[in-house]
Amino acid sequence: MSSYPDDRLYSESHEWIRVEGDTATIGITDHAQKELGDVVFVELPDLGEIFDEGQEFGTIESVKAVSELFLPVAGEIVEVNKGLVDEPNAVNEDPHGDGWLVKVKVTSDDALNGLMNAAAYEKFVEEEAKA
Amino acid sequence: MSDHGHLASPAPDASRLDRRRGSSSIFDASRPGRRGVLLPPLDVPGADPEALFGALHRTEVAGEVEASEVDAIRHFTRLSQKNMSIDANLYPLGSCTMKHNPRINEEIARLAGFAEVHPYTPGHLSQGALELIARLEAALIALTGFARITFQPSAGANGELAGCLMIRAAHVKAGAPRKYVLVPDSAHGTNPASAHFAGYEVKELPSTPRGTLDPADLEKKMTDEVAAVMITVPNTLGVFEENILEVTRIVHAKGGYVYLDGANFNAFVGKIRPADMGVDVMHMNLHKTFSTPHGGGGPGAGPVGVGAALVPFLPVPTVEPEGTGFRLDFDHPDSIGRMRTFYGNFGVLVRALTYILSYGQEIGEVAENAVLNANYLRKKLAPFYHLKYDAPSYHEVVFDDKLQAARGVHNIDVAKRLMDYGFHPPTMSFPLIVPGALMIEPTESEPIEELDAFADAMIAIAREAEESPELVTSAPHVTPVGRIDEALLAREASKAGSFAPVLRAPVRRS
Amino acid sequence: MRYIPNSPAEQADLLREVGVASVDDLFATVPREVFRKSPPPLAPPMSEVELRRDLGALAAKNAAATCYASFLGAGLYPHHSPAFVSQLLLRGEFLTSYTPYQPEVSQGTLTAIWEFQSHVALLTGLDVANASMYEGASALVEAFLMAERLTKKRTRVVVSKTVHPEYLATLRTYLAYLGLEIVEVPAGSDGVTNPAALAAAVDDETIAVAVQSPNVFGLVEDWSVAAEAAHAKGALAIGVVNEMFSLALLKPPGEAGIDIACGEAASFGLPASFGGPLVGFLACRDGFKRQIPGRLAGRLETPDGPVFALTLSTREQHIRREKATSNICTNQGLFALAATMTLTALGKHGLRETALLCLSKSEYLKAGIGKLGTGKFAVAFPGATFNEFALRCGPPVEEVLSALEKAQILGGVPFTRLAPGSGEHEDLLLVATTERNRREDLDRYLDVLKGF
Repeated sequence: MSSYPDDRLYSESHEWIRVEGDTATIGITDHAQKELGDVVFVELPDLGEIFDEGQEFGTIESVKAVSELFLPVAGEIVEVNKGLVDEPNAVNEDPHGDGWLVKVKVTSDDALNGLMNAAAYEKFVEEEAKA
Repeated sequence: MSDHGHLASPAPDASRLDRRRGSSSIFDASRPGRRGVLLPPLDVPGADPEALFGALHRTEVAGEVEASEVDAIRHFTRLSQKNMSIDANLYPLGSCTMKHNPRINEEIARLAGFAEVHPYTPGHLSQGALELIARLEAALIALTGFARITFQPSAGANGELAGCLMIRAAHVKAGAPRKYVLVPDSAHGTNPASAHFAGYEVKELPSTPRGTLDPADLEKKMTDEVAAVMITVPNTLGVFEENILEVTRIVHAKGGYVYLDGANFNAFVGKIRPADMGVDVMHMNLHKTFSTPHGGGGPGAGPVGVGAALVPFLPVPTVEPEGTGFRLDFDHPDSIGRMRTFYGNFGVLVRALTYILSYGQEIGEVAENAVLNANYLRKKLAPFYHLKYDAPSYHEVVFDDKLQAARGVHNIDVAKRLMDYGFHPPTMSFPLIVPGALMIEPTESEPIEELDAFADAMIAIAREAEESPELVTSAPHVTPVGRIDEALLAREASKAGSFAPVLRAPVRRS
Repeated sequence: MRYIPNSPAEQADLLREVGVASVDDLFATVPREVFRKSPPPLAPPMSEVELRRDLGALAAKNAAATCYASFLGAGLYPHHSPAFVSQLLLRGEFLTSYTPYQPEVSQGTLTAIWEFQSHVALLTGLDVANASMYEGASALVEAFLMAERLTKKRTRVVVSKTVHPEYLATLRTYLAYLGLEIVEVPAGSDGVTNPAALAAAVDDETIAVAVQSPNVFGLVEDWSVAAEAAHAKGALAIGVVNEMFSLALLKPPGEAGIDIACGEAASFGLPASFGGPLVGFLACRDGFKRQIPGRLAGRLETPDGPVFALTLSTREQHIRREKATSNICTNQGLFALAATMTLTALGKHGLRETALLCLSKSEYLKAGIGKLGTGKFAVAFPGATFNEFALRCGPPVEEVLSALEKAQILGGVPFTRLAPGSGEHEDLLLVATTERNRREDLDRYLDVLKGF
């Protein structure tokens, strides 16, 4: 059984995306949070900002590293996880749940076809570790 | 429990003693009515700030400290006792070059004729200061082979920026600024940052399995869009660029400049003149090669040497001979301008010249012994720690935690455990191409028995990592404070109001 | 030999252990054509006896301020430093330690940095100060670059020409290739930034507006002029201070709408040292702290008491490389510590009393000049000053200075020294006083002027 939820898709840059209607919720994967270590700060975009697929929409920081966050689909930011301002470690504790980052109104879902399902992503992570 | 080597068990008394000493700040210890300085009497009519400044008058700096001289001296003396230092410990921070800081340097820099001279003192009353700068320039030219040296930059990174700006100015003068600066993936973080602030895009050059530059790869990337290549010799792996002459030839063939990060000049001072290798511009960290004190993080000084092609672009002012003396010269129409106020970190220059004069023509021994000491440690530690790049080491050797990581012990744990043995940890944050790096630079200042003691500690820790890894991962045990939760601190610091100066009400007399 | 502990025999032992025949074998990967067999063309090594003689002779060629009554300021104001400061600075634990990246063995340095930050925050009336900057001019550059990140995609910086000319020159150097335009707003005829001119220079492309107080003529500026001009267009306001004692008597920038304060804190007991090392500072509002350049020490409360560590480090070059908030690596550690020690000794009352001494002496000198009655000298501008003013000289400034020098007085800084070749204000002499000037020095100064 996969340790990654089946209700969403995964990117090679370790974001997950769960699409419901024309809205998608985006976060980073359990694997990504482990690699990053204790998250101390998450910089998220403003509401209404519009991004292309694959564009950087924010950064996530541990004590000694910064990772850029990439949007797996094109869309407009409709909600950001305000809880992360005071509790950024929610990304560590519940990366697939309370640690979500942003919700976007999807303007083009072309890119979804290129993403992985849970099983494929798990395999991808294993391959990456070997490389 | 296993044998912990020569380490005593964690001493509870030490922490109690430390609490009595108080880790808190002087703001916490402030007591109303105390004072630490007696000022001269007011010998003119007292001015009335209220009348002079009206609405802009401030009546007090609320929250400022009130302390006696005794309070102040005890506080800062106790603070000092919580620091590790070169004076007391081998401090093998790779790339930072923690060498001995001679005290004659401090004495000379404190002479009233240097320390008490205002930068706007008229030229005829500051000839000694100007002559000192001119003499240091001559000495550094003798050691580098460059045409001129500027002393404007305040520190190494500031020198890098000055160098990048000169390169840019030269390209602009020649027609176009060009677009890119190439930086090896092993470079100090300041290199790409400095190139960026000079308006360049940074492209990375991957290291070969030997840890050096690949001339064939460089040849491909070195186009006429590339303004410069920034290299470090020996690089941050402690490895010498064997193909340096090929590298500089390739860069020059395309009209680019070679910037040398002089952070590791201490590995070859007196043995190689950088200009002879084809280097066009290089900064020198006087606090590394030339022994000026690091002072808990500064001040440094980052003089920059340039070849003839870049001389017109030097920052102003320069010091020029005039008659039998010297003068400040601002008349350089193509200059990149000023890097700062006044003429650089003069006090640091005094210390550096004092050091150079004390070695004189024998300064090459500094490089020889720095390299010898690093190689001795490499030999002793190689059986116990993994060496990702095994090309010959110069002044530093970069191990990593690959062997220990299998037991859950990482470089940070080895570092913290070293503190328990009385040594400062090595550098870990880079080179970025060595994950889990332990970058060790003993410098020429360490005697053989200290090198042995350090090696013994490292070997003991390697054994501990095998036999009782939790002892290592929970270190340090006998430092003034235990391992600090830097993640928690960063989260707290991110919150609003986290840097409020005074967190407690002042202590009042009961 | 001088500072290398291992004896030649021990060095030979090390070579044997390493497994090479000679030390030059360790340099085998250096191309032979650049490896030097002969020593560099320098003199033989000098002993301490010779160093003291040789460099002592150089020092003796300079006019130490201690041998003259000095009225030199213009951006650097050497004040009294308590005797213990220079002595404690020589403690090896401070002098010979590195940047406190390992907090468990650097609590001393870290606590002192936190204290420095706290002093600067209190003095400037802002929320967060960093661990120090190189010096004042580059601190102003960093303040503008920080403002550029905060305002995003704006392209123009506005700065009053009453900011120290060397700061302006430095700004031009750093901004030359970053695609940012500098708008310099001339001073009014009263020597102070003209509010209407400043407001007119600010538009929707403006990143930030900077003014200095006391300004380059020593005149007190009203911070709120810059704050209002900036905020009206969504720009930030930057306040420059290079005589920090003024903040003991003048409303701090943070209370007057300034968003970022920066400048020079050398007034707190640093030796003039021919202009360096100094200690720059930068402070800002809490909301801007993630864009502050340089190092920052944080404080964490634990059951065992407070502990300190560098924090929010991901802003810095060793992590973010070309995306860092600044390329700066060092701060001015030891001299920020010197300033912290001096501030501790002065304390709340000493700060204010020192400032009052400076102000009173300056006012005494200004009043004396007003009463000279020769018509040859005048205080150049009517506005309020703190401890420095511009003296307008009828006779050539150089002649005035030479006459003062004969009376063992370094009489001030000709404005032309601040901006060589600009041809501006050739008749102005900047005259600064501190608590170190005695009444008899001031009277002697006035007597010399009377002689013209």
